[in-house]
Amino acid sequence: MTISAERPTVVEESNLVPPSSMGSTRTKGGGWLSQHVGTAIVLGFLGYIFGHWFGNYLSSGYTVVVNTGQNSIADLLALIFMVVGWLAGIGALNYPLAKIVGREPKEEVELTGWTRYFRFNLDHKVVGLQYVVGVLLFFFTGGLLAMAIRTELLSPTVHVFSADTYIKIVSEHGTIMMMMASSIIVGPLGNYFIPLMIGSRRMAYPRIEAFSLWTFVAGYFVIFSALPYGGFPTGWTGYAPLQTQAGPGMVSYLFGFAVISIGMMAAGFNLAITVVNYRAPGMTWSRIPVFVWGILSTAALLTLASPVLFAAGTFGLLDKTVQTAFYVTEHGGSSYLWENLFWFFGHPEVYIMALPGFGIVGEIIPVFCRKPLFAYRVAAAGMIGVALLSFFVWQHHIFQSGINPDMRPLFMLTTELISIPTGFIFLVGMGTLYRSKMRFEVPMLFCLAVYFNFLIGGISGVFLSDVPVNVTLHGGFFVLSHFHYTIMGGLVFAFMAGLYYWLPKMTGRMMNKKLGLWHFWTMFIFFNLTFFPMFFIGILGQPRRVFTYAQNLQTLNDISSVGEFLLGASLLIFVANLMWSMFISPEKAPANPWDSLGLEWQTANPIPLYNFERIPVIMTDPYHYSEENAPALADFGDERNVYASSSSTSGDDPAN
Amino acid sequence: MDTENSNKAEPRHLRRITVIWIVLSVVGDLLYWFLVGPHTPPGRMTSSAVADQFDFNVLFVVAFPVIIGVWTYMLYAVVNWRSGKAGAPEPVGGPSATGNKRTEVSWIAITTFAVLCLAAFGIVELVVGQGSGGGEGPNPLWAFPGAIKADTAALAGTGTWTPNSNAVLPVQVIAQQWKFTYRYPTFGGFESPQLILPNNTRISFNVTSLDVIHSFWAYQLSVKADANPQINNVAFTKTQQLGNFTVRCDELCGIWHGAMFNYGKVVSQSAFMTWATKTEAANAQNTAILPAFAWTYVPDANGAAGGYYPDGSLTPYSSVETYGSKQPKS
Repeated sequence: MTISAERPTVVEESNLVPPSSMGSTRTKGGGWLSQHVGTAIVLGFLGYIFGHWFGNYLSSGYTVVVNTGQNSIADLLALIFMVVGWLAGIGALNYPLAKIVGREPKEEVELTGWTRYFRFNLDHKVVGLQYVVGVLLFFFTGGLLAMAIRTELLSPTVHVFSADTYIKIVSEHGTIMMMMASSIIVGPLGNYFIPLMIGSRRMAYPRIEAFSLWTFVAGYFVIFSALPYGGFPTGWTGYAPLQTQAGPGMVSYLFGFAVISIGMMAAGFNLAITVVNYRAPGMTWSRIPVFVWGILSTAALLTLASPVLFAAGTFGLLDKTVQTAFYVTEHGGSSYLWENLFWFFGHPEVYIMALPGFGIVGEIIPVFCRKPLFAYRVAAAGMIGVALLSFFVWQHHIFQSGINPDMRPLFMLTTELISIPTGFIFLVGMGTLYRSKMRFEVPMLFCLAVYFNFLIGGISGVFLSDVPVNVTLHGGFFVLSHFHYTIMGGLVFAFMAGLYYWLPKMTGRMMNKKLGLWHFWTMFIFFNLTFFPMFFIGILGQPRRVFTYAQNLQTLNDISSVGEFLLGASLLIFVANLMWSMFISPEKAPANPWDSLGLEWQTANPIPLYNFERIPVIMTDPYHYSEENAPALADFGDERNVYASSSSTSGDDPAN
Repeated sequence: MDTENSNKAEPRHLRRITVIWIVLSVVGDLLYWFLVGPHTPPGRMTSSAVADQFDFNVLFVVAFPVIIGVWTYMLYAVVNWRSGKAGAPEPVGGPSATGNKRTEVSWIAITTFAVLCLAAFGIVELVVGQGSGGGEGPNPLWAFPGAIKADTAALAGTGTWTPNSNAVLPVQVIAQQWKFTYRYPTFGGFESPQLILPNNTRISFNVTSLDVIHSFWAYQLSVKADANPQINNVAFTKTQQLGNFTVRCDELCGIWHGAMFNYGKVVSQSAFMTWATKTEAANAQNTAILPAFAWTYVPDANGAAGGYYPDGSLTPYSSVETYGSKQPKS
């Protein structure tokens, strides 16, 4: 790894003046008859109907269950055409289709009003905000399902849902949340801030970026189509013989993951290429903000791991539709194939959900500590190390499955090794806190909570990696608690930190601090109240995904359930804060409310379409807090050279 | 846990944190080891349970100081190094705050050392403990002496087990939606819904499934092995205590996964012998129409719908594959 490779500091003249618009000349048009979410829904619906008809036409003699009319080929084609219709309706296909037939593509309409948020828009800032809404949609739906699960688990016997409904709810919850979590930071904050942080005017591939968003949203509809199809009983892991046995809802699951994986590949590919190629002059590898390292390592994982998920899902779809036997043991396939493919994707996926959070805490803590990031290179090395190692640990998910035992020591070792680079992140955080001057603003509190929660999540992971201990803990509530501590306690808390931190830049409006504090404290306390008891529930022998459990575990389960309802209430406070601060009573945000030295805060407010009037030439890294005579961050080509302010004086803001 | 820049002024911070950390860690670890440790699940019913309990306790004793160290540091930082606190140090930026080679290197060295020790410990425990009760697949690497021979003999129908013979007892676990049954190959291969085991005996569990993936989890025995169709997943343990234990399915296997559990019992060797011979005789008629004892049973393609034990009048594969389809007449 060379992190000192210099970028050329000579700026080409053509870069100095922003083009008038993003590859298009028209700024008018886009009335109700042009392409927007409405047309996407209509075409998606028509596509669904057409696909279903077409599938039945192609394979009219085939039904899954005799005399039911269920036909997996029709179900799958319906979903495929629904997604294609959706993408065509939103306008994602205009450009590639025109290119394919050899026509000069019609220029994308560029809009400025609020309606642009409902269209296929190429501006990464619009896409970022669209993603915020998208991931919150996923998150709150998944959260409601979680409450349904915890309601059933209030009592050790069946009392609210039937066993059938319960398992469908569990499966939907898991799948929705996994889909959400793989994009929750990369999508909204990654897309919005990566170009701003590396001094770029745009993403490398704006169309691919917008495509990733609308594919992601399509995935939401696909995975929900499982419910009218009767749900699927396999949990988010979709293990194979059960998958083969399951009803048509399984098609939605498999195709949903295939769709989401396409979106993940697109997003990751675009972000990685943007970071590598679109850095401003002087933005060397040792100067890029640590959040960019987080996103870059995540993007690498997205690009490399998601294709495996796509392949695994496709094999499953072939099994379910045209009767191949990839996963059917008695016909020559193997259920281990699914387990290995799924977890070969699934483990990097776990770090896709952790690394962006590491990046956010590394980015935010120095701002509120008024100190430079401690051990920047260790932070970057930690993230790269985690990303690399994450491809070599997947079999720890299937230690007891009957795979070759001789691999077990190896995977135990690699799994425990991954705690070394993860530990780097703690070193960086603790070093930065040392003799600092902490301000307990809401984003900082969320960052501290990430350290608190992720420590528990990480340490419990070491228990799970130990094969002998894994015998008791595998597949139980201990695992459940472990990964909720890392994903919810790490990633979602980091996302909240990022939202509170960056929303003022994204929307020009401050989040209400009082409501924010209420949100933080309730979320922190009730999150722990929900998930900490689960460690004990797991150690005491309750497997995952059960609707009945031992009588003696009721108290612990009830504590967890009550905690979860209160956690839901806490998220209502967040929604209330969002509504209040963004729409009902907006308070104009200062240009740089946290006195950050980050490049993203040095742009004008609101951020112009092209981010930077002139591509800045970066002179140093953005962490020179509390430094006497700190060097200027960047040369903006005018008198606005920003000097790192010492201690806590409000930074000389270029935007003012 | 020393992450701090030790060359700073006011070294008392570090000393204070270290003292608090050591005191809390030592007190916490001792309390845990002597008060909680002996009661940690899965208990002491088998050799693997004892080993797994020991491993859990060792991991806890290592993990607790790490957690307490970070928390102590964080809490100390939050209390002392916040803006608005009188007498708090002004932060200093510049090169001295951006890193400290000694801290970084020692952090990396200490964590690497700890992690490697834990991995080595885990590997030793895994190997010495005959796989620690985990499923080792069809070709187990770490078996009790004589266990593989006993399994082979059992398959050939020549295996025997008598009290005080010190022989390994092979037991087959058959999982299906949604129950467990057990076959005892050394007793004519009878099949029982009850799992009765003799005490002070080395057991070789041969776990398989007839339909989807299940997981045989005998909680108090600390045995867990996934039940895969057409795979024989072998796990070993040695019973050491009389008593009841719970068996739960630990891998999502469909709608009634949550209700897939039953209870087993460890009894004295003579009581086991009595039960086994009695059940063998009582079940003889049923055993005769069961398929011959094998490590795996090729299911009918109809999944759980039936046909796993073909009685001659069932076609081995039906024309369609999915659960709930029409059955050939038997």
